[in-house]
Amino acid sequence: MSSLPRRTSLAEPAAETVRLQGVGFGYADSPDVLRDVNLSLPRGSFHFLTGPSGAGKSSLLRLLTLAERPTTGRLEVFGRDVSRLSRRELPIMRRRMGVVFQDFRLLDHLDLFENAALTLRLRGGRAQDYEADVQEMLHWVGLGNRMHVRPTALSGGEKQRLAIARAVMGRPELIIADEPTGSVDHTMADKLLRLFQSLNRLGATVLIASHDEGLADRSGASRLYLDRGRLSGGIE
Amino acid sequence: MKSPFSPRVGLLPRDAAGETWLSGVIAVLCFIACVAAVGTSAADRAAQGWAGRLQAEATVQVRPRVGETGSVAAGRAAEVLAGVTGVDEAAAMDREEAERLLRPWLGEAALPDLPLPYLVTVRLDADAPASAVLMSRALAQAGLDASVDDHQLWRKEVERSAQTVAALAMAVTLLVGLAAGAAIIYATRAGFQANRLVIETLHLSGATDRTVAGLFQRRYGMLAASAGACGALAAGLLVAGLRFVGGEGGMTAALPVAWSDLWFLSACPVVAGIVAVAAARIGAGSVSRIKTSGPAVSGQAGQGQAVRGQARRGPSSALEGAKGTSLGLRGRLLSRLGLNRSDR
Repeated sequence: MSSLPRRTSLAEPAAETVRLQGVGFGYADSPDVLRDVNLSLPRGSFHFLTGPSGAGKSSLLRLLTLAERPTTGRLEVFGRDVSRLSRRELPIMRRRMGVVFQDFRLLDHLDLFENAALTLRLRGGRAQDYEADVQEMLHWVGLGNRMHVRPTALSGGEKQRLAIARAVMGRPELIIADEPTGSVDHTMADKLLRLFQSLNRLGATVLIASHDEGLADRSGASRLYLDRGRLSGGIE
Repeated sequence: MKSPFSPRVGLLPRDAAGETWLSGVIAVLCFIACVAAVGTSAADRAAQGWAGRLQAEATVQVRPRVGETGSVAAGRAAEVLAGVTGVDEAAAMDREEAERLLRPWLGEAALPDLPLPYLVTVRLDADAPASAVLMSRALAQAGLDASVDDHQLWRKEVERSAQTVAALAMAVTLLVGLAAGAAIIYATRAGFQANRLVIETLHLSGATDRTVAGLFQRRYGMLAASAGACGALAAGLLVAGLRFVGGEGGMTAALPVAWSDLWFLSACPVVAGIVAVAAARIGAGSVSRIKTSGPAVSGQAGQGQAVRGQARRGPSSALEGAKGTSLGLRGRLLSRLGLNRSDR
């Protein structure tokens, strides 16, 4: 196989949003959870990442969200070698991503509106500038009439929708979602899938880790299969 | 319509690390530190007062010559000493006065038969006191056999004792101050630990270290400053009470508190706040830090497995540039996606 082009400049858009070359990863004093993972996610592509529990899906996503760094190999995100990123550059990179965490990571002391607006607020945006957009998104995910309640009052499915709303509010170029439809019914899952597809049509690269084979089938997206830390697949 | 962000809510949860209790602990420690600081000041003031009073007095013992009574000799010595530069006042102590001073120790029975020394009490100029040598020379020139005690031995003992007391009080102040500082640092670090998931979420949502540090600096700076203010206020009330009860002398002559001591206390909230802000600044970078030991770039790594075919088109201009602060969903994203309200 020919080697893939490398881009290291933020100014020059990379052809791939994400590229992994021989990436391995392990937590301290534990066997590697990822081994020799090679992957390229072109800009504007849509992928489902599947695999059994413990296969390393969440670890792979943590690498992509820059929560961890590979122990071996090379990881490029937006054309930048992650191992060479300074700490100051991380927030800049992360602001180009929208992440849906498996455990939602909602801030229980903030209400729904403030949770959904978190990424915009962290960028220094003024509330009046994004107020309407946040309200619109919360209405769209079916939480518009509960904007001022706390996440603790929500069901699992509602929390998931809120987490998705927060992730996509920041106009992300890369959307990474860990089981984003695990707690919602099929109707809502399809609706959320349409949201991801719509954002993908606008150019965002989307990677969804999911056990929901049916949803992956219905999406028509490329399938990546991770098993015991090794990646295979790429079903068209 | 009321703005959902009005008033803006803090990004850190309240009381995540038992902040109420920590505030109480910090307040108590600050109170003790303030009281110890006032005690140090009062001890130093007392030491200076005792030494000053001893320095401002001298005692002269006169031995009458043949053919001269003790009282006459003492009176003559008082006259001579009153004329010496640096002496404000000199007075011969009569036998009745000497007996009055000795009575508590010796009782009534022994006093009439007891040969008592003939003494002159001398009050010296506080600013430029006469030396013992000068007074001795003046007495000798007047033909008086006398010895001058300028209390130097006592004064040194008193000064040494007072300095020891002041040093001990200072040490207590420092120790309690360090304990208060440690409590503040602990509170701040406990806050970091308690909010670890929140911090990681903020980081992964694009928060900078500076933003996170700023949140903690404000939170714990204010917490420590207000706890310090409470401790200082309580100590101030105590000092004020002692001053009111004790009048001019403070509480007692041994520990003369003064209104000026209250100035010490005003620094407590500021110092507590600064310590907390510094602790938050130092601790901010240690939380949710991704591993920085990146791998050596492996040129032998396996080649990328390109997953292609899903890219529908290049990114729209709306998604270019990550610095935009608003998705602009309403009337743009949703309408462009064809996701109108009927989909909701």
